[in-house]
Amino acid sequence: MRSRFLTALGSLFPPSRLLIQAAELAPFESDALTAFRARPIAVVIPESKEDVIQAVRLCRDHGVPFVARGSGTSLSGGSVPVAGGIVLALNRLNRILRIDPARRIAVVEPGVINLTVSQLAARHRLYYAPDPSSQSICTIGGNVAFNSGGAHCLKYGMTSNHVLGLTAVLPDGEVVELGGESLEGAGPDLHGLFVGNEGLFGVALEITLRLLPIPESYRTILAAYDRVEDAGEAVSRIVASGLLPGAMEIMDRLAIEAAEAAVHAGYPADANAILLVELEGERAVVDLDFARLSEVVRLSRPREVRVARDASERLLFWKGRKSAFSAVGRISPDYLVQDGVVPRSRLGEALGEIGRMGRERGIRVANVFHAGDGNLHPLILFDGRVAGALEKAEELAGEILRLCLRLGGSITGEHGVGMEKRDYLPAMFTPTEIEVMHRLHRAIDPKGLSNSGKMFPGGGAPALTAHGPHPLERAGIISRE
Amino acid sequence: MSAMAPFSEPSALTPGSVAEVVDLVARMPMVLAVGAGTKPVPSSCPEGCTPVAMRCLSGIVEYDPGELTFTALAGTPLGEIEAALARHGQYLPFDPPFARAGATLGGTIAAGLSGAGRQRFGGVRDFILGIRFVTGLGEQVRGGGKVVKNAAGFDLPKLFAGSLGRLGILVEATFKVFPRPKAFATLLFACGTVSEALQLLETLRPASFDFEAVEILPDESAIAIRLGGAPESFAGRLAAAERAAGRSASRLLEDADDAFWRNLEPARPAGADEILAKVPLTAAELPAFDAALAAAGARRRYSSGGNVAWIEWSLGFEALEAALRVQGLSGLALAGPAPRPLIGAIRGKAFRSRVKAALDPHNRFPDF
Repeated sequence: MRSRFLTALGSLFPPSRLLIQAAELAPFESDALTAFRARPIAVVIPESKEDVIQAVRLCRDHGVPFVARGSGTSLSGGSVPVAGGIVLALNRLNRILRIDPARRIAVVEPGVINLTVSQLAARHRLYYAPDPSSQSICTIGGNVAFNSGGAHCLKYGMTSNHVLGLTAVLPDGEVVELGGESLEGAGPDLHGLFVGNEGLFGVALEITLRLLPIPESYRTILAAYDRVEDAGEAVSRIVASGLLPGAMEIMDRLAIEAAEAAVHAGYPADANAILLVELEGERAVVDLDFARLSEVVRLSRPREVRVARDASERLLFWKGRKSAFSAVGRISPDYLVQDGVVPRSRLGEALGEIGRMGRERGIRVANVFHAGDGNLHPLILFDGRVAGALEKAEELAGEILRLCLRLGGSITGEHGVGMEKRDYLPAMFTPTEIEVMHRLHRAIDPKGLSNSGKMFPGGGAPALTAHGPHPLERAGIISRE
Repeated sequence: MSAMAPFSEPSALTPGSVAEVVDLVARMPMVLAVGAGTKPVPSSCPEGCTPVAMRCLSGIVEYDPGELTFTALAGTPLGEIEAALARHGQYLPFDPPFARAGATLGGTIAAGLSGAGRQRFGGVRDFILGIRFVTGLGEQVRGGGKVVKNAAGFDLPKLFAGSLGRLGILVEATFKVFPRPKAFATLLFACGTVSEALQLLETLRPASFDFEAVEILPDESAIAIRLGGAPESFAGRLAAAERAAGRSASRLLEDADDAFWRNLEPARPAGADEILAKVPLTAAELPAFDAALAAAGARRRYSSGGNVAWIEWSLGFEALEAALRVQGLSGLALAGPAPRPLIGAIRGKAFRSRVKAALDPHNRFPDF
């Protein structure tokens, strides 16, 4: 059975694009959440959408599960293979098919790197807004599957707010076109439903993205505080003042230390919290807003305030923030990244509680978060070589998710449920709600072949291990948000 | 049209609680939720279908200005929501249409309608965060959440934007809101043709203005561009936009600006034989489509830089359907003599059928 399938696969893909040797398969066994691993029976490397469609139809005919994968940066185990299934490695579907400046759209293949879209659109003074921290390596296909976020979600929304339409092959081989190229639609927002499906609805083959004009001006301010609660309070004051910054980010002491050790961003070393706020838009507006922002920040009694003097200093402020996750690897052999969301006004409460829960368990927790949208990223530090440490860290992670729900938030802001949080889905949704989502899933993937085991509780689990960063991450090639 | 019952038919049932909505779905062969009836075509019931009036499921459930979110029952009039937001200097930036006519939050979501302000930050689909609805099996379901960022579960709130009451009965929704700019100002450029208007937009594009609204008005041979912000910023910015455009414009400030945009809001056409329709499109299709509309004598304007056409069409439904199909366009008929809301070349029907079968397997709601 398996050999018949592999033979058929071999008739679709030449040996150079069909990996079956153990050594070739190893890099695909896990993604950026290295705790989950599974070995696929093969990895195929499509070069065209027809390749993908044929591979999916072959899987359908043989009842073989498949997982589409971009750069494998998922932090929720979203692209972990299914044992006995294949991986569709989509990195070679990396063509930008069209950038249309007049319509402000880009039509791309799923393997296109997120940042590449903005780089190529820049000549038209346009950019692609969603900016997950892994944007220099993560792919648009993965962003679409997991509705990725980034630092600008309060003002600009998530990936789904920037996808206008897509062509996808459903798990049973049917090819559908959803949405279009217009900002508006008629009838139910089907592409809106597709984005964030966690791979369960099949594979996006071509994606139409909305581009925005590059802001004329940026003003970035960095404020240091004695207490992380004060930084959170400053964010509430900024929102209450009627300002709408593009990004508001907070890092706590441990995260600052890690970032400094890694990239020497020049953050105030003795601060217990750093708040990074960025305004962007037309210069005349930004200048007026900046005067107000400076006043609000001053009243929040920071111990130090810095204003980026130029573009390079602005990038340096951001470099520390964007590298914070991988930087934590410098102060701990292992860590779990969480992704819960709380209402913004309860950030201080959430952070206080997380700190308390960590201290109770003797576990260090570094906090990096998107304060503007209440998206927490507690980094739970542990040493995987110590027996039981991973389990203790996971238990704390679970407690943090339950805390987010108690405060009225969500178990995931941008990483998705994936493998990691599927057991917490019932904490957020009722059995009826999960059953309705199951019905939707079955209507689109009756055989359960596409990325099965993700999002819903109770699927088959690959082995749980506890060892260190992904080899690519250790090499500094990938980072985590 | 003979098969269509108007929304205000006395047989309308009026549930006062979500439990009563569930009961109605279980009891009636087919139901369709209706709000204030400002969009009569999508809220008209086919034969054998009973309208469910949502007006008693009304009111703001939760609004915390500091969170920039609110939750309201589906039957809440937009006017009530906008007034509550305005008291805290906030607003729904996508200018939901028909607000002054009494449109409800649920009806706006179900029709998937956004006004001129959708240009800058997006439309109803981009501001909806969470929903509560009743499926065709009478299940109560929450989708999305109450926070501005959330990736848990399938994105049902987006699916329900434009769902036309055919996938479930919306009972409650949570939205993101923004601080409202202190003031608005409008530049009105004379533009003889839509091609000239599109050319003007191309000329302005590299300057990276954050326009709140861009409206192409062939009936007035003009293009209207709206800026928002502090009033003291306007003198310089309006002049900069004129310089970038290479021509001067009439300026509308304060009440004149306000009145201008209020007059542009879609409204039910005066003539009984006229169809009001919304047609999504792009700048690429605009010149040819505009020529077809001009030839048909249709009144029209193009919102959001040419991303959506608002049309008043008097040559009958079949001719409108044909005009859309020729250009490969889809559309939504809102008022006037139209037997169904979705018209033209609708995409994704196969996918939509699967979704419909999952949420409403026994067709307790009308089909699209």
